[in-house]
Amino acid sequence: MPTELVRDRPPRVRRTDGAPPRSGGAPGGGGGGDAHPAPAAGGAATIAVGGIIVAVAMLFIAFTTAYVARRQEAGWMPLVIPPVLWLNTAVLLASSGTLEWTRWRLGRGDAASLRQGLGWTAALGGVFVIGQYAAWRDLAAQGIYITSNPHSSFFFLLTGAHGLHLLGGLGALAVVLVRAYGNRYTPERATGLNVFALYWHFMDALWLYLFGLLFWA
Amino acid sequence: MTAVISHDVEAGHEARGESFIRHYVFSLDHKMIGKQYYLTTLFMGLVGGALAMLMRRHLGWPEQGVLDPGQYLQAATMHGTVMIFFFLTVILTGAFGNFLIPLMIGARDMAYPLLNMLSYWTLVPGVLTILASFFVPGGPAGNGWTSYSPLAAVGPLGTGGALGQTLWAVAILFVMISSLFGGLNFLTTIINMRARGLSMGRLPLVIWGIFITAILALLSFPVLMAALGMLILDRTAGTSFFVPANVLAGGQLLAGKNGDALLWQHLFWFFGHPEVYILILTPMGIVSEVISVFSRKPIFGYKAMVLSLAAIGFLSFLVWGHHMFVSGMHPLLGAAFVGSTIVIAIPSAIKTFNWCTTLWQARIHFTTAMLFAIGFVSLFVTGGLSGIFLAAAPVDIYLHDTYFVIAHFHFVMASAALFSIFAGTYYWFPKMFGRMMNETLGKIHFVFTFLGIYATFFPMHFLGTMGNSRRLYSENFYPFLAKAPPIDVFISVSAFVLGAAQLLFIYNFFWSALRGPKAEANPWHANTLEWQAPSPPPHGNWGPAEPVVYRWPYDYSVPGAAEDYIPQTIPAAVPAHAGGGGEA
Repeated sequence: MPTELVRDRPPRVRRTDGAPPRSGGAPGGGGGGDAHPAPAAGGAATIAVGGIIVAVAMLFIAFTTAYVARRQEAGWMPLVIPPVLWLNTAVLLASSGTLEWTRWRLGRGDAASLRQGLGWTAALGGVFVIGQYAAWRDLAAQGIYITSNPHSSFFFLLTGAHGLHLLGGLGALAVVLVRAYGNRYTPERATGLNVFALYWHFMDALWLYLFGLLFWA
Repeated sequence: MTAVISHDVEAGHEARGESFIRHYVFSLDHKMIGKQYYLTTLFMGLVGGALAMLMRRHLGWPEQGVLDPGQYLQAATMHGTVMIFFFLTVILTGAFGNFLIPLMIGARDMAYPLLNMLSYWTLVPGVLTILASFFVPGGPAGNGWTSYSPLAAVGPLGTGGALGQTLWAVAILFVMISSLFGGLNFLTTIINMRARGLSMGRLPLVIWGIFITAILALLSFPVLMAALGMLILDRTAGTSFFVPANVLAGGQLLAGKNGDALLWQHLFWFFGHPEVYILILTPMGIVSEVISVFSRKPIFGYKAMVLSLAAIGFLSFLVWGHHMFVSGMHPLLGAAFVGSTIVIAIPSAIKTFNWCTTLWQARIHFTTAMLFAIGFVSLFVTGGLSGIFLAAAPVDIYLHDTYFVIAHFHFVMASAALFSIFAGTYYWFPKMFGRMMNETLGKIHFVFTFLGIYATFFPMHFLGTMGNSRRLYSENFYPFLAKAPPIDVFISVSAFVLGAAQLLFIYNFFWSALRGPKAEANPWHANTLEWQAPSPPPHGNWGPAEPVVYRWPYDYSVPGAAEDYIPQTIPAAVPAHAGGGGEA
């Protein structure tokens, strides 16, 4: 009886004789992996940073739904934009710009610009964090604190959460800088730099999104 | 080649002896980290179990007043919190995920061993925080494992200590961060580090389960983290994200609050429903492995199994509203949630039928692991059927927050996941510790656990239909519950038997780890890659050459083959299949 059952399994039989597995197009099929390409350099890091970006995006999607829901309730009092935020936005955009300039120079074989460009990015990132703190002080000077009204609660919550993630990015930048000083990056091998750039531009875009959400949405 | 050479250097280094701290405490080896997770979560499971025993001691004989009402609610809250966040979530991914992924995909370790170590050491402060909350003034949180607002958001309103509830939120934040670190590692490792020839279509089902679990965690845990962040601010900074207007606390009207209590429920359950699948997809994978091996048959419908895992994972994000039918919801929206919830029955039924068809006409080896796997299917079906009742909003409005719900999720999620943990432990123990567990003790453990769970949780369906609320301190005050006390005594006695049976497991676990008979590399004659490594595998898992995969993991009882199993590393040409006629 069992023989009859086990014989009736066409997919498995196909697999055992070395034909490509059923998952069409998946790498590494065939009889024993000769066709399996070596994992692309930097593939793991890109997947990992992509995962981090998805997770951070989910965090801010949750904050956004809370914000949108909360704005419907009574007692909503819009804040006036602290002027320093404009400067901060420009500084953060500039930091993304210096980073891309660095990568562009590296791509043209100019590894010497690496330290300079990354240094500028770090400095501008640091200025942004200080600028955000200045915005907090500005509001506090007007007597507006996290508990003052719903909008201020969300302002401090969202800028704080973004700031924490940006500080994490600065920590990663410190690692990238140390590696740049150790001449670890070449035009062909710059995975750490590339995935850092992915995260940093995401932080930049996230700030633009939050700025828009907080004051224009 | 370079990888092989550098590994040999590493292995030589290890042979000279790693320091104790490097080997047992801050280990980078996925197997040691898996064991660290296992022992930590096993301890938390015992804490959660002890709290359950305390609850049953009270509920069986409430007139004796072993616990006062506040303490009872605290015990219930912490039982749920510890079991869900600190036991089931973490043991399935942290212990089984860490131990199994590199071994089963033929890798030497995780993609990021340092991140893996950090993941464990982020869990530890969470464990310490939740344990510390028992000893702060007022005791631990007591507002339910769901910590609904305003009870949990407004200090004076809640049960338990004000600090306890804050520590609750902080502790869970640690677990979430730790799980995200782990999940990132799992995704990267599974996508990027599979052995040559191991395409996604040849992945063992347990790895598929962990893979989809990691995706669910990545998408749902940040949502709870956002909610926890706002809850902590509400409790400590005085914001009012979740504190509604006109709350009377301590005889005073809270001024200036206009928050949204329902918002907490939405965020919590948007996390909460994927979370229950995070607790069940890996078990489904474990059970698929065990059932196939001990049926000596290929798993029935491999592709359907993978697709149904993915379908359950996808649907889990569309059903959170079914926890909120009585919270106030537009009837049309409720109807949509009823529909999406009932659809989940389809992929769940596909899985159940496939397990049954795998067992059908098989030469079943009734090992302890197999008994627990079959027990899983039984519990999953029992709990799944009561889930269909609860999915229907009109029925749920009657049964909401009663013992019927307690019975439902203790069968379908809690006990089923626990059974898969037992099945997985009895099955992979030889690989983890290089020794066999005692099968006789294991079978006694199974019989008492299986009967104990049915005797404990099945009568709760009747309590629920009587209208017994799940958070009720004592039913003695309600005439409509006059028939409940004898049932509760029966449940409590069954629960004590169930609890005592777990001591057998603990004894068997530690005795076997130290004194059990030595295990051979492949004691169950299984196909998957981990059984090709020595028991226990060395640091780096494989010898000089990494394994190469030539076939899927379920080639059992292939007609014409010399053995009734063909490991994944056997080249296709060597053994014959039906009609091939070759020799192994």
